[in-house]
Amino acid sequence: MSFDAETLNRLSRLAALDISPDQLRSLGGEMDSILALITQLQATDTAGLTPLAHPLSVLGEITLRLRADVAAAGIDRAANMENAPETENGLFLVPKVLE
Amino acid sequence: MAILDIAKRLAGREVSAVELAQDSLGKINALRDLNAFLHVDPDLTLAEARRADARREAGGGEGKPLLGVPIAHKDIFVTRDWRSTAGSKMLANYVSPFDATVVTRLSEAGMVCVGKLNCDEFAMGSSNENSAFGPVKNPWDTSCIPGGSSGGSAAAIAAGIVPATTGTDTGGSLRQPAAMCGITAIKPTYGRVSRYGMIAFASSLDQGGPMARSAEDCALLLDAMVGFDPLDSTSLDTQEAKVPVWRAFSDQIASKRPPDKDFDGLRVGVPKEFFAAGLAPDVAARVHEAIATFEKHGATIVAISLPRTALSIPTYYVIAPAEASSNLSRFDGMRFGHRAADYKDLGDMIAKSRAEGFGREVQRRILTGAYVLSHGYYDAYYLQAQRVRRLIADDFQDAFKSCDLIMGPVAPTTAWKIGEKSSDPVAMYLEDIFTLGVSLAGLPGMSVPCGFDASNLPVGLQIIGNYFQEPAMLAAAHRYQQLTDWHLRIPGAAT
Repeated sequence: MSFDAETLNRLSRLAALDISPDQLRSLGGEMDSILALITQLQATDTAGLTPLAHPLSVLGEITLRLRADVAAAGIDRAANMENAPETENGLFLVPKVLE
Repeated sequence: MAILDIAKRLAGREVSAVELAQDSLGKINALRDLNAFLHVDPDLTLAEARRADARREAGGGEGKPLLGVPIAHKDIFVTRDWRSTAGSKMLANYVSPFDATVVTRLSEAGMVCVGKLNCDEFAMGSSNENSAFGPVKNPWDTSCIPGGSSGGSAAAIAAGIVPATTGTDTGGSLRQPAAMCGITAIKPTYGRVSRYGMIAFASSLDQGGPMARSAEDCALLLDAMVGFDPLDSTSLDTQEAKVPVWRAFSDQIASKRPPDKDFDGLRVGVPKEFFAAGLAPDVAARVHEAIATFEKHGATIVAISLPRTALSIPTYYVIAPAEASSNLSRFDGMRFGHRAADYKDLGDMIAKSRAEGFGREVQRRILTGAYVLSHGYYDAYYLQAQRVRRLIADDFQDAFKSCDLIMGPVAPTTAWKIGEKSSDPVAMYLEDIFTLGVSLAGLPGMSVPCGFDASNLPVGLQIIGNYFQEPAMLAAAHRYQQLTDWHLRIPGAAT
């Protein structure tokens, strides 16, 4: 089993990665060996098992906590925007989406 | 020098926090060829050190053994004053508007930050060669890798630059570099150390932890790092998680007095799968010798089985990339991080920024994650991996019915040459075989120095405990370190 060019193109679109066709070909070879590795999982009989998402749920049921629904001071807006590549009037600037 | 000895010298005014910081800064400069540090700012460090000294003069030193002791943080922990790059071009100039909880807690304990440490990009790697800022060199042999992903953290301790560093462990990233650099590290039970401000790789696996020379130092550091954090939704606030690490560790140490043997009553499980083909003979020999030391001093050795050890590799390399592809979707070139210079439209800007900002291993993992989560493959890969994850965690619980601690090697080999395995990602993944199961099960795991191979490269003994057994693991490691001096050996590069 291996990744064809169409699948690799679809994956790079899904992952929002603009990878050149040449690079994608060389990544494809490595991805094939990763696929061979992870396909080994198929041989294990897991019928009737519940997937384990939180490791400590082997000890008992785990419910992730939610904070109380009350307004709280967040991080300062200006400080939050200091790492943005482009801003204008306190907004993140991006290329035009609508003509 | 042990952290408690440094604390005594600080308390006795034999040395100041400023002098200790200057000493660390001098060593960083002298050993910059190791490439362990990504950001150093002497003004920031010395200001912190002066505050620590002032705190002590004001009477704030009581019960604060870490006050004035230097530390450096893995660049996965975000810091307000220092750049936080995660070893990635994507975050090359990123400065966080807040500190990670771990950074805050260690700072409140009085530790002085001397800089940020190199690591594999987004903590993805076993050799530190995936850093966008170049590989870290192993102080024991500078032509070798230091292990990864917390390679800078381990190298800085081994080289004697700082007595303490932080690291993170998703599939072995604290334990494996600790083994390869001959130092001590502990990955705690999942949920004990806050993940707030740890740049996320795989959220159901990531755990922060300390690195230091000895188990006693790690116990002091872990004590300051753990604890419930409302800012991390997976942070534990159960009774077991509230037991103070240092006090429980000290109680364990005090519980044995001569003529008791050090390990009387301790049952050590040795999994046969950890000594299978592929294990370097020198590593096997050193680990067997270490286990024999435990036996000689009273421990009972129990043969156990962890039958799905080999399956932990494909399980991990489905779950971790799946979570990574989701976590790393936040990097879009809009709010922070790298933005491409040329693009056609919004979608193109995002895809070009990500392709330029992420390195090859990160891209491979994002693509793998996108595949195992995509329509038609989700059940066959992702859900199947989570079901096998349950089997792996159950295997450990079965094993702990007949033993208190599990021991074996941390990694199949000692450090390899820089460049030796970087062209074959799967060969690199196979190196993680003994550490991944612990991460998937969310168990605590340690690496403790236990000798050297024929090339004088360090070997690590892995100690695995059941959930919340960190104090017992640290106490066993501490007793071992009272009987041996492997953790005190210093590489030539540090002298």
